[in-house]
Amino acid sequence: MKRFGVFLVVLTFLLASKASFATLEIVITEGTDSARPIAVVPFKWQGQGEAPYNFTEVIGSDLIRSGQFSPVSIDELPSLPSNDREIENYSTWARLGVEGVLVGSVAEFAPGRYEVTYQLIDPLRGQITGGMSEYFDEEGIAVEQDHILEARTSVVLDTQFRQYAHRISDVVYEALTGERGAFLTRIAYVRVNPDENLPYQLMVSDYDGENERPLLRSPQPLMSPSWSPDGSRLAYVSFENGRSEIFVQNIYTTERELLTSFPGINSSPAWSPDGTKLAMVLSKDGAPDIYVMDIESREVRKITDHWRIDTEPSWTPDGNSLLFTSERGGLPQIYRIDLDNGRVRRVSFNGESNLGGVVTPDGEGVVMVNRDGGVYHIARQDYPTGNFQQLTQTTLDESPSVAPNGSMIIYSTTYQNRQVLALVSMDGRFQARLPAERGSIKAPAWSPFL
Amino acid sequence: MQLNKVLQVLLVGASVLVFAGCSSTSDEASESSETTERSQTGASEESAGSGVQTGAADRILTPEEEQIRQREERQQRYADLRRDHVLYFDFDNAAIRDEFAELLAAHADYLMRNPAVTVVIEGHTDERGTPEYNIALGERRAKSVVEYMESLGVSRQQMTMVSYGEEKPVVRQSNERAWSQNRRAVLVY
Repeated sequence: MKRFGVFLVVLTFLLASKASFATLEIVITEGTDSARPIAVVPFKWQGQGEAPYNFTEVIGSDLIRSGQFSPVSIDELPSLPSNDREIENYSTWARLGVEGVLVGSVAEFAPGRYEVTYQLIDPLRGQITGGMSEYFDEEGIAVEQDHILEARTSVVLDTQFRQYAHRISDVVYEALTGERGAFLTRIAYVRVNPDENLPYQLMVSDYDGENERPLLRSPQPLMSPSWSPDGSRLAYVSFENGRSEIFVQNIYTTERELLTSFPGINSSPAWSPDGTKLAMVLSKDGAPDIYVMDIESREVRKITDHWRIDTEPSWTPDGNSLLFTSERGGLPQIYRIDLDNGRVRRVSFNGESNLGGVVTPDGEGVVMVNRDGGVYHIARQDYPTGNFQQLTQTTLDESPSVAPNGSMIIYSTTYQNRQVLALVSMDGRFQARLPAERGSIKAPAWSPFL
Repeated sequence: MQLNKVLQVLLVGASVLVFAGCSSTSDEASESSETTERSQTGASEESAGSGVQTGAADRILTPEEEQIRQREERQQRYADLRRDHVLYFDFDNAAIRDEFAELLAAHADYLMRNPAVTVVIEGHTDERGTPEYNIALGERRAKSVVEYMESLGVSRQQMTMVSYGEEKPVVRQSNERAWSQNRRAVLVY
């Protein structure tokens, strides 16, 4: 057999690289009017000269991108307080209609280290109590500050400003929605630059496209990145040896390992929720079927056995069953198989066909690629069957991946003849495009909580 | 298959005619092609020159000579066809279109005469549908070519398959034209 990929020109890069490019920029296309107003007051810098970092810019962007919040413009704020004591009249804040007021300050603690203090204030509660803790003191009642929803102080390294800003966003989001924020997460994706000599690149970046790093550059296609549940490793498909093979790579150490190289297709890896197994598609016995590999022993177990295409395995959050796409009924549809008894049930029924099903983290919905009238859109359905809602209106939508808090879906779409990433909230109200400066971007995978 | 044979006979027949025409007037190639053209288009003789037309009879060959000639003909035709390595498919379909039967016959013939030669058959799809589904569809196309070649007599050992799905389009655009060129199988020696 003639092998073309005998010499591998695959390079792995160190994450330690200093360069950072904001190559993904978010263009919100839909639905900000449904977002709830919030006041994000610029944090007061208590030192000389310019503030070392604009925390509130990052926090404001995070909150906008969540699709849930719409920060009020700074010009409309009644004043620029840095803590609750500096808020003189809560009524003016309450009249803004904001659900929360984020205030804070930054002071130098030691060279390269800064003390960041912030509070999230409920202006309506403040309006009722007057936010006057002293008043209650004089009456002999315990200090009552229930208008302060969150108050924290931390010492932060100047290299971790951005990360800390995302952490504040997480706190604000959780305080106001009751759901965990997903701002300290990452996305992995594949970039294709046909003009470069290593056109296929596996990238990882913060969820907002910042701190983009190449994990692998290859002369041959890369596909289907899938995160390990602890967020330290990626499984993916590489064609570097002239055929599809599944690799696993540690994203911190660059250490990588060839996991499968069976004859035929080796594709669509999906990590089990407990991290011990990898579901995948192999066609070593003829037709593509779903298999589960025990990562420790490397033993593969055949899960489905059908002469037509079975592909795109995806674990339910309890790890007891897999969703997969199958052509067994004619056109591709989504099915579920119980791993202990092998029972198969069809899950999707809407439109011409449905592919790429993933169960949401809460187990209550399934997100899929729906083909209807020849066009492909991202849709959500109650799990296992029930209400069906088409979420996107973009073109050739595919590869949906759900944020670990279930609030948002990142997917691949086509815009002006190029593949780009896009976001849509779980209710379809918020939609954004993430244009790339160069190349096509595809196969996004949202990391677990990090 | 039946259709394929009929096509072969027709093509061989057509080339016999061309062959005969050329061999008789090879010493005056340019002039004869001019006249052939004229006679084909049915142009009248009032144009320049003496207005004569030349014709030719078929050379009489023994059955053996005829077979050799036909074989040489076919080899030449197959060699020409083999310069093409790509065949195209319909949307979401892995059936070999009739128009590519001759192309595959040419490659099969070559592989059968050269048992040491191996070929990689790549399956590709357009960008519609999910990448993971398309990998499977691409493999189905490659397999469809392999099985077709096998039915023509090529040894399975000479062929390997690889599916690239939608990952290696020829035309990086999102329209029918681009898609129809991207849905393909490629024979790589």
